[in-house]
Amino acid sequence: MSVTSLLSISLGAILVNNFIFSQFLGCCPFLGVSKKLDTAVGMGVAVTFVMGLASAITWLVNQYILIRFNLLYMQTVVFILVIAALVQFIEMFLQKSMPTLYTALGIYLPLITTNCAVLGVALLNIQSNYNFIESVVYGITGGLGFLLAIVLFASVRERNVFAECPKCFEGFPIALITAGLMALSFMGFSGLSAWG
Amino acid sequence: MNIGRQFKEGLVTNNPVLVQLLGMCSTMAITTSFFNGLGMGLSVLIILTLSNIIISAIRKIVPDKIRIAMFIVVIACFVTCVDLSLQAFVPDLSKALGVFLPLIVVNCIILGRAEAFCYKNGVLASAFDGIFQGLGYTVVLLVMSVIREFLGSGAFGGGVFNGGKGFQIFPEQFGAKILTMPVGGFLCLACLIAAMQWALTKTKNKKEESKS
Repeated sequence: MSVTSLLSISLGAILVNNFIFSQFLGCCPFLGVSKKLDTAVGMGVAVTFVMGLASAITWLVNQYILIRFNLLYMQTVVFILVIAALVQFIEMFLQKSMPTLYTALGIYLPLITTNCAVLGVALLNIQSNYNFIESVVYGITGGLGFLLAIVLFASVRERNVFAECPKCFEGFPIALITAGLMALSFMGFSGLSAWG
Repeated sequence: MNIGRQFKEGLVTNNPVLVQLLGMCSTMAITTSFFNGLGMGLSVLIILTLSNIIISAIRKIVPDKIRIAMFIVVIACFVTCVDLSLQAFVPDLSKALGVFLPLIVVNCIILGRAEAFCYKNGVLASAFDGIFQGLGYTVVLLVMSVIREFLGSGAFGGGVFNGGKGFQIFPEQFGAKILTMPVGGFLCLACLIAAMQWALTKTKNKKEESKS
């Protein structure tokens, strides 16, 4: 493991293999809470935070509990329970110690349990045989990629409201088309994978 | 209990993907070939039906506060069963679906139906709800994968028909490659939802006209 490999992991997670635009992980919150820019930022920050923590904890659980006791077939069940408990724990912790942040993130925290990007990053870490530091870096930068995507998308969507479009495309379909065009532009980064 | 109405709701008027807008991630991600679409659709159908039955059976003994956690555990168990069986019996499919197979746990369709339907209704009604909602999901996946596979690479039914090779309808180099890429998933789903909205408003207008 070197700085270069960490750099290429983060570049990959943020731009080249963006969680939303090329892996389709976490689309539900991406499309659901992107109507306004400030809520989108809140959701993105919360997801980044949880993804970083979740990849650290699931990696440890996988390495020291599941592999050690030969329980790998329980992976999905254990991971989702760990994530649900983690989200609950973060919620209680923030409520007690950082009430301002808690009110800012508010309703988004519990929603994160069922965000497939979080469970996805935990499973992908194991699949690609990352070590502990690589997993954490991948989790955090994956979250940053999500944050970037949702912020860009929300700002485009705020303008979309004023544009005219065919009646049947109003609302959700036009948002999906917007997301599709953004995915197209993110495809431009795919050449970067040759580097590093 | 009205099975006919449930059938119509699951497939058309309350379709999980096109109307309730649930479970988008897997819908867009894995519909690159007929084989994947069919496999994913059937897996979700099975898991949804089984978890619906169990959840509606235990709904009276589960405390209100921890119901979501209980739902997730039940769903995760069935997902693990299906995941392991696919790994054993259909390894190609398991490889093609990759991380999206365990991710069925967090597929909003299953948790959404558990919360919105099974928690309030009996076992039999929930079982039918699972079957019909699962069918609705499968149909959307199949339509999307047929469109994307046909326009994207000129093939039809790769991995299922014609001894696994599928039918090549027009040469592959003439296909719109973009449809098999992530962008195609977004665009294709947008067009399907738009078509659905158009059809629903049209039938609604017709009904109102005939009333007046």
